[in-house]
Amino acid sequence: MAISRTEIMPGVWLSHLHTDKFKTACLSVNLLTQLKRETASMNALLPYVLRRGTSLYGDMDALSARLDELYGTAIEPVVRRIGEIQCVGFFASIPEGDFLPGRENVLRPACELLGQLLLSPNTRGGLLLPAYVDSEREKLIERIRSRINDKRSYAVIRCIELMCCYEDFAVSRFGTEEDAASIRYQKLTKHYRALLQSCPVEIFYCGRAGEKEVIRCLRDAFSTLPRGEIDYDIGTDLRLNALESEPRFEREEMDVTQGKLTLGFRLGECMEEPDQAALNVFNCLFGGGVSSKLFVNVREKLQLCYYASSLIDTHKGLLLVSSGIDFEALEAARDEILNQLAQIAQGEITDEELNAARSGVASDLRSLMDSQGELEGFTLSQTIDGLDYGPMELAELVEMVTKEDVAAIARSVECDLIYFLCAGEKEDDDAEEEL
Amino acid sequence: MQKKSFDRIGESLFFSELPNGLHVQVIPKPGFAVSFAAFATNYGGAHRRFSVDGVMQDTPAGVAHYLEHKMFDLPDGDNALALLSANGADPNAFTSSGMTAYYFQSTAHFEENLRLLLHFVSTPYFTAETVQKERGIIGQEIRMGEDDPGIALYYGLLRMLYARHPIRDRVAGTVESIAQITEQTLYDCHRIFYAPSNMALCVAGDVDPERIAAIAEELLPVERAPIPKADFGEAEDLLPLRQRLHLQMPVSAPQFLIGTKLKAESDGPAALRQRLVSTLALRTLVGSSSPFYTGLYGKGLLNRDYDYEADFTAGTGTVILGGESPDPEAVFAALQEAVAEVARSGLDRDRFSRAKRASLGARLRGLEDFDSLCIANAAGVFNGYCALDALSVLETIGQGECEAFLADALAPERLALAVMDAKGGS
Repeated sequence: MAISRTEIMPGVWLSHLHTDKFKTACLSVNLLTQLKRETASMNALLPYVLRRGTSLYGDMDALSARLDELYGTAIEPVVRRIGEIQCVGFFASIPEGDFLPGRENVLRPACELLGQLLLSPNTRGGLLLPAYVDSEREKLIERIRSRINDKRSYAVIRCIELMCCYEDFAVSRFGTEEDAASIRYQKLTKHYRALLQSCPVEIFYCGRAGEKEVIRCLRDAFSTLPRGEIDYDIGTDLRLNALESEPRFEREEMDVTQGKLTLGFRLGECMEEPDQAALNVFNCLFGGGVSSKLFVNVREKLQLCYYASSLIDTHKGLLLVSSGIDFEALEAARDEILNQLAQIAQGEITDEELNAARSGVASDLRSLMDSQGELEGFTLSQTIDGLDYGPMELAELVEMVTKEDVAAIARSVECDLIYFLCAGEKEDDDAEEEL
Repeated sequence: MQKKSFDRIGESLFFSELPNGLHVQVIPKPGFAVSFAAFATNYGGAHRRFSVDGVMQDTPAGVAHYLEHKMFDLPDGDNALALLSANGADPNAFTSSGMTAYYFQSTAHFEENLRLLLHFVSTPYFTAETVQKERGIIGQEIRMGEDDPGIALYYGLLRMLYARHPIRDRVAGTVESIAQITEQTLYDCHRIFYAPSNMALCVAGDVDPERIAAIAEELLPVERAPIPKADFGEAEDLLPLRQRLHLQMPVSAPQFLIGTKLKAESDGPAALRQRLVSTLALRTLVGSSSPFYTGLYGKGLLNRDYDYEADFTAGTGTVILGGESPDPEAVFAALQEAVAEVARSGLDRDRFSRAKRASLGARLRGLEDFDSLCIANAAGVFNGYCALDALSVLETIGQGECEAFLADALAPERLALAVMDAKGGS
C-alpha cells in the first residue's frame, strides 16, 4: 500500500491510497491556513456553517436525507491544529459499493455532495445565511466553553495556553470565545471567499477506487473552486527554551475533588533536527503507556497519582505530563515526575523499558495501516512537515532507536510551566472577596 | 470449528464450544496488520447476588471491577499489562454492568500474546497486601468519577428509572462498599465467574481460527463448571420512580439525559431483533437525520453533542438520549410530541426506508472496528445470538414494528428527564 500524491488542480493535492481492505472508503478535504488568533474562530466556524445547507440541499433536513440515501455516507466538519497550522474541512466516510444492494457506487454522488458543501453553500445575495452563521457561532462558543467539562484535558489545554502565552500556539483550534462572539455573516462570507482563493487544499482518499477514478470525481466536484495565488508560506514557530530560568507555576481553583497536575516542557535543542522515531520512543518510555516510567513508578509503585501520562507535540516541540493527584500530593508528584525524567537523561533505562517502548510505538505505527481515520491524520501531519515516509518506514526506524537517543532527548527537554488545578480553600476570605 | 459465511458483507465467522464450555469465535480479517482478541466473562457490576448449585450469595458493590484491576498481577511478581506491552501488544480491560472483558491488539507475536491473555485471566493471584494497596487507586477512580458530569447524570437517570436493579449503582462501587472486599472475595468470585463455561473468547484478525481454539483448549481448565445464575431482584415495572431530576456541577451548559426502561427479551433471536428494532426506530425518530433533531438543532436547542442508544445489559433494556441544551424541558416536550405523532399517524415511509439504508451503511462501517466487533460478539454469546446476523435481520424489520416500539417504549408516562444545571455559571 503506497500513497501517491498528485496536484489535481492548482494548490489542490490528492493523497491517494488504494486498498481493498475496508468496507467503507474515506475521503477528507482540508483547507490549510496559518493559525492566528484573529482568524482561528472564523476558520473553525466555516465548515459548521457550510454543513448547514447547500444551494441544492438547503437545510440539514434535506442534506441528511441525501446522506441517508447514500447508505449513511457521513460527511462531518473537521477542525484541527497541526503545529501552528489550522486545518479545516470535511471528513467523509463512504460505504463501498461492493457491499451494497445492487453494488451501487456512491463515491461519485458523495464527491458531488462534498464539493457542494465546500463550494456552493446556501446563500442569499451571495452571502452566507445569517441564521446559519448566528446559530453555528453560538454552538462554537458553547464548544469553546465546554472545555471545562473534562478536567483532565482542560488542565492540559490551560498548561499549553499559559506556557505558550506569547505564541500563536496558545490559540486553540476553535479560537477564543471573544473572537467567536464577534463573527457576523458578512465578515464570515468575505473570509470564506478569501480562504477558497488562497489556501492550499489537501485531499486524502483511501479505498477501493483507483486514482484516475477518484481524480475524475474530484475534478468534476471541485471544478468551480476559485484559485488565486496560493499561500504556501505557512508554518510553525519553534521555541526551544523555557521562558524563564525556573519553571513558572500557575495554580487555578475550581470545584473539583481530584487535583490535576500538568507539567509543560519544551523539547529543546533536539527539535533542531527532530528525530521522529526517537521522539516517539522517548515519549512512550517516559509516559506513553502502561510500561512507561510514569505509569510503573509514579502511579503503580509510589501511588502518587491516579493517572500519569505524557504526550508530545513534535510539530511545536512540546512535552506535556498530565496527572491526577490528591491536592496535598503536589510537591511529591511533581518531584517524582521530574525525577523520572532525570533518570532517563542519565541513561537509567533498562533493556525491557527500551524494548517495550520501541515495540509499542512500532506496533502502533503498523496498526495505523488498519485504520483509515488514523492514516488520514498521519498523512496530513507528514505532508505538513514535508516528510514523505509512511508509518511502516517510521516503524522500522523506531526499532533502531537506542538508549542514548532517548537519553539525549531527555537531556534536551526543559520544564517551562507547571499548572495545578485544585479545589479552592473554602474558608479563605481573600478568595471570597475576589468573587 | 464450524464456519458461517456472510457473503453479502464479505465476512465469515468460525465458532465452537469447547468441552469446558468456552465459546470461541473468530472473524478472519485477511490483509490486516492488527489482530484483536477479547477474553470476556458474563460478569459485571450488576452481578452482585447470585446462586451456584442452588446456594445464594451476596457480594458488595464493585467486586467485578476490583477483580479486573487485580487480575493483571501474576504470582511471580509479574504484571500482565507490562508483559503484554513489552511484547508489543496494546492491552486493556473494562468492566460494565453486564460484562468484564480483557483484550489486546497487536501487530506481531499474536499467539504469544493470546497465550499470555488466557494465562493471566485464568490465574488468580491476590494477597491481603496487594488488595489493600489497590483500594486507594480504585477509591481515586471512584472519586474522579464524582467530578464527571456525564457519570453523575447517567447514574442520576438510572436511579430514576430503576427501583432495585443493581445497574442503578456505579460499576466501581463506592468507597464504603469496596472497603468490604478482601482477597477471599476476589478468589471466590473469580472461581465462580471466570470458569470457561461462563466466558467467551472472541478474535478478529489475519489469524488461523483452528490454532486459536487449540491454544484455548491447551491452556484453560478442562472441567466444565456450573454456570452461576444472577439474581437481579424482583422484576421492575415499566414506569420510572420519578420523572425529573436536577443536579448541579460546574459545566459550561446544561446537559440532559432522557430515558425509558424496556422489558428486555431473553431469548436469543428475539433479543437480537429487539436490539435492532429499537436502534432503527430511534434512528428514524430521533437520529441525526430526523426532523426532531434537525428542528431542535436549528432552533439552538440541541447541538452536535447529542447521542441516543438502546442499551441492553444484565437483563435490562434502557433507551437513553441526551446531550447539551439550554432548555432540556423543551427537548423533552418535543420528544413527547414526536412520539405522539408516531402514535397518531406512524412514521414517514420514505424516512423509514432512508433510515434503513443509513443503518446498513453504519453497520458496514462497524465491521472495521475490531474492538466493538469482538465485544458485540461476546455479548451475542452471552445472550444467545450471533451478532453478525444483524445485517440480514435488519432487512426484515418492518415499519410497523418500529412504530409499535416507539409508541409503547417512549409513551409519556414512561419517560424520565435528568438535567445537569451549570453551577456557579460563567
